[in-house]
Amino acid sequence: MSKPSKPQCFQDLILTLQDYWARQGCVILQPYDMEMGAGTFHTATTLRALGPRPWYAAYVQPSRRPKDGRYGDNPMRLQHYYQFQAILKPSPADILERYLGSLEAIGIDTGLHDIRFVEDDWESPTLGAWGLGWEVWCDGSEISQFTYFQQVGGIEVDLVSGEITYGLERLAMYLFDKKSIFELPFNSPSSQVPLTYGDVYLQNEREQSAYNFEHADTDMLFRHFADAEKECARMLERKLPLPAYEQCIKASHTFNLLDARGVISVTERQSYILRVRDLAKACCEAWLATQMAKAAA
Amino acid sequence: MAELLLEILSEEIPARMQTRAAEDLKRLVGDGLKAAGLSFTQARAFATPRRLALVVDGLPVARADVSEEKRGPRVGAPDQAIQGFLKGAGLGSLDQAEKRDTGKGEFWFAVVKKTGGPTAEALPGVIEAAMKALPWPKSMKWGSSTMQWVRPLQGIVALFDGKTLGGEIDPGGGMAPVKFGDATRGHRFLSKGEIKVASFDDYMAKLHAAHVVLDPVARKKTIMDGARRLAREAQVALKDDEGLLEEVAGLVEWPVPLLGTIDAQFMDVPAEVLIVSMRTHLRQFVTTKPDGTLANRFVVVANNAARDGGKVIVEGNERVLRSRLSDAKFFWDQDRKVRLEDRLPVLKGVVFHAKLGTQADRVQRIAALATAVAEHVPGCDKTQVMMAAELCKADLVSGMVGEFPELQGVMGRYYALAEKLPASVADAIGDHYAPAGPNDRCPSAPVSVAVALADKLEALASFWSIGEKPTGSRDPYGLRRAALGVIRIVVENKLRLPLRKFFTADDLMDFFAERLKVQMREKGVRHDVVDAVFALGGEDDLVRLLARVEAVQSFLATEHGKNLLTAYGRAANIVRAEEKKDKALGTKIAGAPNAARLEQSEEKAVASALDEIEKTVKPALAREDFAGAMTAFAGLRAPIDSFFDKVTVNVTDKPDLRLNRLKLLNRIRATMDSVADFSRIEG
Repeated sequence: MSKPSKPQCFQDLILTLQDYWARQGCVILQPYDMEMGAGTFHTATTLRALGPRPWYAAYVQPSRRPKDGRYGDNPMRLQHYYQFQAILKPSPADILERYLGSLEAIGIDTGLHDIRFVEDDWESPTLGAWGLGWEVWCDGSEISQFTYFQQVGGIEVDLVSGEITYGLERLAMYLFDKKSIFELPFNSPSSQVPLTYGDVYLQNEREQSAYNFEHADTDMLFRHFADAEKECARMLERKLPLPAYEQCIKASHTFNLLDARGVISVTERQSYILRVRDLAKACCEAWLATQMAKAAA
Repeated sequence: MAELLLEILSEEIPARMQTRAAEDLKRLVGDGLKAAGLSFTQARAFATPRRLALVVDGLPVARADVSEEKRGPRVGAPDQAIQGFLKGAGLGSLDQAEKRDTGKGEFWFAVVKKTGGPTAEALPGVIEAAMKALPWPKSMKWGSSTMQWVRPLQGIVALFDGKTLGGEIDPGGGMAPVKFGDATRGHRFLSKGEIKVASFDDYMAKLHAAHVVLDPVARKKTIMDGARRLAREAQVALKDDEGLLEEVAGLVEWPVPLLGTIDAQFMDVPAEVLIVSMRTHLRQFVTTKPDGTLANRFVVVANNAARDGGKVIVEGNERVLRSRLSDAKFFWDQDRKVRLEDRLPVLKGVVFHAKLGTQADRVQRIAALATAVAEHVPGCDKTQVMMAAELCKADLVSGMVGEFPELQGVMGRYYALAEKLPASVADAIGDHYAPAGPNDRCPSAPVSVAVALADKLEALASFWSIGEKPTGSRDPYGLRRAALGVIRIVVENKLRLPLRKFFTADDLMDFFAERLKVQMREKGVRHDVVDAVFALGGEDDLVRLLARVEAVQSFLATEHGKNLLTAYGRAANIVRAEEKKDKALGTKIAGAPNAARLEQSEEKAVASALDEIEKTVKPALAREDFAGAMTAFAGLRAPIDSFFDKVTVNVTDKPDLRLNRLKLLNRIRATMDSVADFSRIEG
């Protein structure tokens, strides 16, 4: 029995996962073209998790956490990184077996490694969402998060989505035995032009960290936050949940930038999170209404 | 007699919930069986990460028909009573009940017929009801289910007397029902396909062959035996860790302990840091060298018998530990470049609580309190107290504590030592959060005591001042623990600390009193004695208070004590009865009785005994010799006994004499009440 060869570089890892989840019947989407903190913010997860319609999707989502930037100095931290996300709604009975199949596909031999499911309840205060699941450990390293969504946008789900998130850089460091993210081979090391993760992203980490921590115009960002909030409300009035939700994503990222700039006090922080959550909830409710209307039609 | 075997297979159950869930299943099924009139000899429950299992022995194969009668309310009773009766008897309306004349009137009767029949017919309902009632701390829906379980339910084995029970659990939402069967699954990676089982013994044996150790106790033993053996072979000792063992046993179905090594470059990082990474983050067991210090070996327990004997697993664990410790070492090296003092300005930017300002504000309050507390801590160097109090929160803004918050205090101590501050200051920084619980170490070095007390008193006084008091179920700021901490530090170090000096709220002293009462009750001190001493009020010196409680309790344990208590009761009862009749009596009988009016020798004897006793008791109380004071009371007993034998108090024709005698009795009460309120002691 011949197995597909195990990934040799970062992009192989992405391609292998895409291929694997495509074979599981998922639509393979491209990243959402906006800045967001995690793959969960993609409409393919947040909004599609609601309503009565089944949904299988997988995609890579570049994710930004301005506060996690370290100017490229820390070998394990980035302000811009990749998540691979698979969402299966309703969660099939064999979803864990399917997930374990994806590990085999990327070259983790369960006959040699120690795979554990360690309790991890997931909650996103900004999305008003929570679920139960696990961190998945491979020989002590966390290689994925697995969540059964119970509530999104403050709304209890009709069908439970099983959400699987792979932190690609961490997984790649594990697979390719690298101590620094920046040493990861991005394309094949035997390519004519072998490039590392650092070749592709190190300068970006330096510049974006400087932007996030030092240079972002905070007055402008405060304005953007307020504008996004207003625009979101306006779109909701016009019953356009998708454009409204984009404004919510925008508000959330703007808040993250302001937070990184250190201009939001601890007490204000909570109130900003609540403001974003209110937007997310309203968008989710509006989206759900469109889904129910469709289902009824 | 027959056996019931039940196994509920699911996706991975959180380790912390397994033991409780197995117990709950046993209890709920056991209760259900009893309610169905099914007796059994024994029930045992087990849990692994993927399954709850229950075996019930000695069940009857069938039950006989039973008819039960229940007498209800009188015919014509109020509707509420009728409804209650119908509900209790499981009847829909009175048509199903019978009227019967019992000779004392007409009553409603319900005749409930319970049909017997094969036990196998009753069991599915019992199982289903138990599963519905099982109280998971957190549960969830999956797929389209409406049912909740801890994680998705995968299968149910339900065998009675070797045969599969007819039954199923419907997850709802149009999902396929989970049918009762006789097949389960083995280890997730070490076993393939279904396993058919015929009985509990067969189940245990086949699971074992399929790499599942069903019994958590057996898994723990495998882990401990294996881990100890590995440690011994490496000439180190395994550090016992019951909490971690419990958790790890809940993460594995087939435990395989493996030995790993900590990279030498990390061995100069403080042991606490290494331990947090290994134990808390990676669930690895720590080992020690013969001198008790941390050894460079750890034991990790895999849930897999890997083809290569675990080589890859150990390498992986060493790698993830290395990356965690690189972070830690980086912080350790960086943090020591900044003096604690130089971190203080950063605390001004860290909000402690919206209404209580920043950590810097808090530090100022702690420092002021610590200085005041230090007055009452013998052998305390005030300069050092001030220094330790000012620096005690500085490590909160260090890189290490940012990454490993559980190392607060511990790191402050290391950083203080690294910059060559006095050891007592460093220790006080390290100790100031202690004691964190009843089993935690209590600070005893003077500087540590002062700062640890100040930290807790500050929290209590501050949160009290903004109305954030703990309620029955909510104590988000850990104020109960803080109060218990204060009590332990004060009592264990025998500090003469007037608590009231350090806060203004009256109800905060009551809060301390409540905590102390609870704590003393747990130690077996009689609650009425505690109440009697507390009833004196106004006491804020815990050491004195406890000495009093102890003296009263030991006195009451003696023969004299018991008798005197009876005498006190008689005296108090008479006075109380008279006071009821005459509201103004209290003021009339205050003060000493008139010696000239004492007539009988017995009352004179009591009066002079009281004089004698007061001469002893007052100074004894003043020098806090409560045992001495109590002993003095022993002399009262004989005179009081003869007094009650011979003297009539309520001489109705001689009001002055009566009043004087009541005064005498009142004085007995008052004298004894100067030690404790004996009216609260239960005879």
